Amino acid sequence: MTIPRRARVVLVLAIPALLAGCAAAPRLGAKPWDRGELAKRCMRLDGYPLEAGIDDHIYFSKEASSGGAGFAGGGCGCN
Amino acid sequence: MQLSGGNRVRLALAAAAGALLGTPAARGGSWKLDSQVLYYSETDRVTAIEPVISARWERGDGQTLGLKLTVDSLTGASASGAMPSTRPQTYTTPSGHGIYTVGAGKTPLDPSFLDTRWALDAAWETPLGQLWRATFGAHASIEYDYDSASLSAALARDFNQRNTTLSIGVSAGYDQIHPVGGVPRPLASMSPEVPDDQAPLNRLGDAETKSVGDLLLGLTQVIDRRSLLQINYSLGMSDGYLTDPYKLVSIVEGASGADSGEPVDQLYESRPDRRTKQSLYLAYKREVRSQDVLDAVYRYLWDDWQVRSQTLELRYRRDLGRPGYLQPHVRYYTQSAADFYARFLEAGAPLPSHASADYRLGELTDWTFGLKYGKPLAHEREWNLKLELYRQSVSAPRAPPGAFAGLELFPSVEAVMVQVGCDF
Repeated sequence: MTIPRRARVVLVLAIPALLAGCAAAPRLGAKPWDRGELAKRCMRLDGYPLEAGIDDHIYFSKEASSGGAGFAGGGCGCN
Repeated sequence: MQLSGGNRVRLALAAAAGALLGTPAARGGSWKLDSQVLYYSETDRVTAIEPVISARWERGDGQTLGLKLTVDSLTGASASGAMPSTRPQTYTTPSGHGIYTVGAGKTPLDPSFLDTRWALDAAWETPLGQLWRATFGAHASIEYDYDSASLSAALARDFNQRNTTLSIGVSAGYDQIHPVGGVPRPLASMSPEVPDDQAPLNRLGDAETKSVGDLLLGLTQVIDRRSLLQINYSLGMSDGYLTDPYKLVSIVEGASGADSGEPVDQLYESRPDRRTKQSLYLAYKREVRSQDVLDAVYRYLWDDWQVRSQTLELRYRRDLGRPGYLQPHVRYYTQSAADFYARFLEAGAPLPSHASADYRLGELTDWTFGLKYGKPLAHEREWNLKLELYRQSVSAPRAPPGAFAGLELFPSVEAVMVQVGCDF
């Protein structure tokens, strides 16, 4: 499996960032009692799952890409 | 106790969902019902209406059960992939029992596009001890010519005082396609119209299948009390019938012919029977100030059909206080063409092993601009309205011969999308 140039660039940038992130991870974050803001619906990554599902389905049926946030899946004759 | 109309509806829907699951609603858990409706309309092409309703049952111990029903109703005309001509053209409908004509200079659109899809999704999430969480999912959908089923499982573990979460998920799906008129023979000529008691020509059989497998690895990191980051890697493999049975590729007369550029034959398209795609996905959320949230998403996707795509999405939720919030949204998408994408094939040239003129496999640049208004209610419920404009532009990979000068070979697609969401 060959990795295209642009993906290599993304990987080359992402991997050190990820390693640096992991190294810094113990210093990142918030105390459990300090995470009230993150628990709000507007701050959750899956705060609006139905809207996200519809958006994914639109773009899945109009473009050659799908998934990323979740499973790309199939399940539809529209693509 | 006096119940308001809204509460009565909510209780009735919760009871109905409870009955559907065979689970008594009042067993220490709580129900949440959400709904969303999409109206999607392309200029002169497809119109879709998609209502979705979901019921989510949360038990005190962290277990949740979710059910989602989607109905997706499509009507209108879809680009067949065939080339326009300086003369009127006649095409056979997919069933082989009818014809339609396309005016001179017009993009051939198949007007027989009509389908309703019913999809049911179920997901069960359960904690496993203090730090692990498992999610199991099932999906089934049916439409007139397509059935699909899949199962998924995911495992997540929290680290670092739950500031870091690592997850792994797998999914396996199996689809069956039974096209109207049968499965066309790849790169064979479009069947002429046949009487109702006869099958169209150039068919391989009644149905085909495909299987899909996905792997998803994720890392979610809380950065500070107001921001978080998610990084996902996904690998997806499809195996089987990946061709669109209703799409055509035109053979046109070459530059040296007397009728240069005119379509001389229409073939059924052909795609490879395997596809492996991978993606990197980054999502960042930051509360800029109380309830004002910046949301940025980037995805890079690549596959062995040589499609490379980049997606960038930005949202900004602006809190308006009591009236609710406004959220402008922009999405940019760019994609390179699949290696077998061909707007047309030239007469006399050897046939490639695969060819598709489906513009969705061509070089695309898409923009979406949207605005959402939301009104939060008590208990995290909300109703919202989202209006979006979507424009797809297709780029020309090479100059067409002769007669095409002046014809629009790569029309852009414009759509209006309206979504209404309501939680009960």
